Amino acid sequence: MNWFPKQKIKKLLRPGDALILLAGIAGWPVLTLSLWQSGPAAQAQVRRDGVLVAAYPLNEDRTVSVVGPLGTTMIRIESGRARVVSDPGPRQYCVRQGWLSRPGEMALCAPNHISLTLTGGQATYESMAY
Amino acid sequence: MLHRLVLTPDDHRIARLTAAAIAIALVESAVPSPLPGVKPGLANIVTLLVLLRYDWATAAWVTLLRVLAVSLLVGQFLAPGFVLSLGGALASLAILLVARPLVVHQPQWFGPVSLSILAALAHMLTQLLIVRVWLVPSPGVWVLAPVFFGAALFFGLLNGLIVAWLMQPNAYGVASNENLPHNT
Repeated sequence: MNWFPKQKIKKLLRPGDALILLAGIAGWPVLTLSLWQSGPAAQAQVRRDGVLVAAYPLNEDRTVSVVGPLGTTMIRIESGRARVVSDPGPRQYCVRQGWLSRPGEMALCAPNHISLTLTGGQATYESMAY
Repeated sequence: MLHRLVLTPDDHRIARLTAAAIAIALVESAVPSPLPGVKPGLANIVTLLVLLRYDWATAAWVTLLRVLAVSLLVGQFLAPGFVLSLGGALASLAILLVARPLVVHQPQWFGPVSLSILAALAHMLTQLLIVRVWLVPSPGVWVLAPVFFGAALFFGLLNGLIVAWLMQPNAYGVASNENLPHNT
């Protein structure tokens, strides 16, 4: 099998091609880091049945209680992070999720119909409302 | 009163090349993809061959006709998938218009691989923007960007190498001047 000799590969991939390819390969981790570790979250949004009931800036520490069908869900906002502290739901998924710190992160206390979402600096559109 | 529609050799050439591109795109649309939105884009091999063998206008015709025809054939015409294909195609063609002189005037430095990678990146970026602005208006879309970026690089390289190989001026080069179907 000599249909694809090495000499040909050099012609197929020319120096400028290789440069563009290397630039792309070098840019990939930069892009990944910048997009997968996005800037700090700015706001915590609390929803009941998908409807926004309250939004708090993350730079003010506070404890919030929201009442759902099963009881009261407690949310703690502290030093730029937010978490569900207690929830009457049976499986405690949203409590065990712990601190949320990045925009887009969400703790969903489905049994009690409460969700906690972090958003970035700008107000973002909530596509789940569809 | 009948007007005779005069077909130029260019029309025949565009139709023949478009047919080849449609066939490739249709076969590809039947192959399942591990991630929606990631596919090789092998039909763009035809676009690049036409761009380098003929000119940008012919490549634009072949590409846009292919997008239109494939969307009609798979029942996606005017659906979101069609808008994404068209947007990606227009962006790729725009960057090919800018980058073509590189390959034409500096062939020892730049080859089809450059064009293919640049066009794939433009295609990917435009589709992400359309998705971000129109289909999924959430910043979460960008989380997927590195995946698409990697796929664009990989398939851009692959398609570019195939084009470069097809254009070799020897027995392997089935798309060299001697072998590409000209107007006969």
